[in-house]
Amino acid sequence: MGFAFTVNGEAKRVEAPETATLLDVLRNHLGLMGTRYGCGLEQCGTCMVLVDGQPAYACTREVGTVADRKVTTIEGLGTPAKPHPLQQAFLDEQAGQCGYCLSGIVMSAKALLDRNPKPSRSDIVAALDRHLCRCGAHQRILRAVERAAQAMSSGRPA
Amino acid sequence: MNARPMPASLVDNPRLDRWIHFQPDRTVRIATGKVEMGQGVVTAIGQIAAEELDLPFDRIVVLSGDTTNGPDELYTTSSLSVEVSGGSVRLVCAEVRAKALERAALRLNCSRDDLTVVDGQFLQNGAATGQDYWTVASEIDLTQAATGSAPVKPAASYRVVGHSVPRIDLPAKLTGAAFVHDVLPKDVLHARTLRQPNRGASLASLDEAAIRRAAAHHYADGELQIIREANFVAFVSPVESVAQAAAAAAPPHAKWDNARRLEPAQQEAAWLKGQPSDDRRIGAWPVPTTPPKRLIQMTVSRPYIAHASMSPSCALAEFRDGHLTVRSHGQGMHPLRKNLAAVLGLPVEAITAQHLHGAGCYGHNGADDAALDAALVAMRIPGRWIRLQWRREEEFGFEPVGPAMLVTLHVDLDERGRPADWTTEIWSPTHVQRPGSGSGYLLASEALSNPPAEIAPFDPPEERGGGGTRNAVPLYDVPTHRILHHLVMRPPVRTSALRGLGALPNVFAIESLIDDLAARVGEDPVAYRLSILSEPRARRLVELVAERAGWASRGPSGTGKGLGLAFARYKNRAAYAAVVAAVTVQETVKVDRVWCVADAGLVVNPDGARNQLEGGIVQAVSWTLKEQVKLDAEGIASRDWESYPILRFSEVPEIQVEFVDGVGNPTLGVGECTVGPTAAAIGNAVNHALGVRIHDMPLTRERIMAALLKT
Repeated sequence: MGFAFTVNGEAKRVEAPETATLLDVLRNHLGLMGTRYGCGLEQCGTCMVLVDGQPAYACTREVGTVADRKVTTIEGLGTPAKPHPLQQAFLDEQAGQCGYCLSGIVMSAKALLDRNPKPSRSDIVAALDRHLCRCGAHQRILRAVERAAQAMSSGRPA
Repeated sequence: MNARPMPASLVDNPRLDRWIHFQPDRTVRIATGKVEMGQGVVTAIGQIAAEELDLPFDRIVVLSGDTTNGPDELYTTSSLSVEVSGGSVRLVCAEVRAKALERAALRLNCSRDDLTVVDGQFLQNGAATGQDYWTVASEIDLTQAATGSAPVKPAASYRVVGHSVPRIDLPAKLTGAAFVHDVLPKDVLHARTLRQPNRGASLASLDEAAIRRAAAHHYADGELQIIREANFVAFVSPVESVAQAAAAAAPPHAKWDNARRLEPAQQEAAWLKGQPSDDRRIGAWPVPTTPPKRLIQMTVSRPYIAHASMSPSCALAEFRDGHLTVRSHGQGMHPLRKNLAAVLGLPVEAITAQHLHGAGCYGHNGADDAALDAALVAMRIPGRWIRLQWRREEEFGFEPVGPAMLVTLHVDLDERGRPADWTTEIWSPTHVQRPGSGSGYLLASEALSNPPAEIAPFDPPEERGGGGTRNAVPLYDVPTHRILHHLVMRPPVRTSALRGLGALPNVFAIESLIDDLAARVGEDPVAYRLSILSEPRARRLVELVAERAGWASRGPSGTGKGLGLAFARYKNRAAYAAVVAAVTVQETVKVDRVWCVADAGLVVNPDGARNQLEGGIVQAVSWTLKEQVKLDAEGIASRDWESYPILRFSEVPEIQVEFVDGVGNPTLGVGECTVGPTAAAIGNAVNHALGVRIHDMPLTRERIMAALLKT
């Protein structure tokens, strides 16, 4: 079956069963590898993407349910040469160790800042609490989101 | 010229060209056998090279974990990378720098002493010469063995080492593909496994038709190959979802003979006592014949702990024209190559192993095992790349776990209430079953038709820091100390290295006892520690961390709020760390804040090292409060993040870490130094908060309630 949806601003059409997961389609059909497999059970958050701006677990989301919707992945934010302010803030804070959890966390942070440009520390904790980080970079990650919020709301680079 | 003693890695890999290569694009490739696991080692090693070569940091490219072009440095373990690999790179670069300047001096017909290197340019008495590493590179014989005799730069002149440098691997990880998991070679086949439930179990029947039906339910047109080799089974498909669906559906369709049954009691550390063990006596044996005068005893425990990496293990393998290429996130590519050769019956030269990044592993997890799985499939389907991905339940269920431990201290006190005679008794399964170490095998080799012989477990020896005995010797002024180590021979699960090995339970035991001894004589825990701690570097940290945490204004015991302190030097030879934890205890323990002061000698990348201290603290909080591998009759039962919860954003303490100025002292590994002191500081803080001590980790709600009932 074919599905049409928008990924990172580009119209895409993929041939896949409607029960295929969004994670599978992003990685194996579209080559977008920044959305990661961690558990397949909506328990860790490494696969988090945005569907119409809302955080969604790609590991269980059936691709049929995103037809005609807008999906944003980490690749839709920025590149090493031209990072998004959130990505820049994570680099500035060196917020991460192994980095496996980061792309999902950045996507949840993006959704948070889009709806709440000046979140408190507890707003950020609440938005990220469904994400696991095994290396223990949590405090750096919280600081990075605060830093990005400041940079984005002041219009300056992070 | 007298050479200084060379690091083991350089002795094992003496040729300069194993370490350094001048590339045509005017970069220098530095090779290390140590691998990046998120700890920042490739960045730190790049800094050391840039420093000794006097090159800008961006001219250094680090090749890590490559059996073709890099040195064999065994496994990336024990907080030794910067010391041993970094130490080797420092000597190699100093030597190459000296050789390059000799060649340039010949060309310029000047004295070697007239030349300096600034930003990679060779200057003669401060003036440009047009010479640099690349103009003379072809005249330097890098096939020579390192002598270790070239002078290294004095630390006082460092401009890259000792300064924070952003991690070079982080931008890719924040923007897209970055891990071995993310590499999809052309025409790759995806593979999953069905795991043999335990060594010795044999596959009596496998209903392949039922599995195919289940897989087809998801993807009607996806082809599925089922590979069986004795008790090893893999599902292979060009469509990842088909392989995944087949593996997920398979377990109820497989019947095993000789599957072992476990008892729930085996998941507890208490079970270890009384099991058959290999006993070793270390230190001041025999015990004194005079009976103890003031004997104090304490027993602490911690359960089996999962590495619980965020990425289930994954590997790529291709067998083409008789040569096997493997890409893996294991901790040592040279050992992996040797181990694969032994299992597959291939010559070592017929295998290339290359490291690609994975998520943090914190010790020996499923990474190497997944590499053998991928290779087994690749050997059966030559000419095609195989991507083998473990499933989440497979990672939790089949990775080796950190051993449970039980530690009993028997301490006789002098008339001032100070330890006079100290015996540490330890029950623990082995802490190292790394393949190729002589004590462990790659997992799937046990499923093949000629499984390797079962071997008696053993632990790392004392000269390598020990395993169960790691940090069992207190750094305090104890006149006599001895260890009785019961290496438990048949634990219910495969155990192997987890960050810190035995350091966490041993430091927890020592530091809990020290607090109790202070209370016994009515002294403040910090003052008591300082009265039996003469090591100046250790004293300084204890004093500093107490000051940082406002120890002087610590409140009374039993209020529900607690402040606890603990200290250790990792392996009694790596970095020192002193930690204070502030906790609030109601029905559960909340760690509110942690202060840490560490001494790691010369710190190469201060921000990277701070990140390691912070991460170790958070991980130790998680272990201490929440974590335990659960067993059922069939094996490990905690196979997802709900049954194996770890610390979350809402539970993570505020953390303040700092290094004392260590310039002038050699670099000491920092990766594992915080875990023991953090666990022990929490234990002491909980004791302060409740007025009662909890001896068994994790410090769960049930244990708090039980402790409160006793008060």
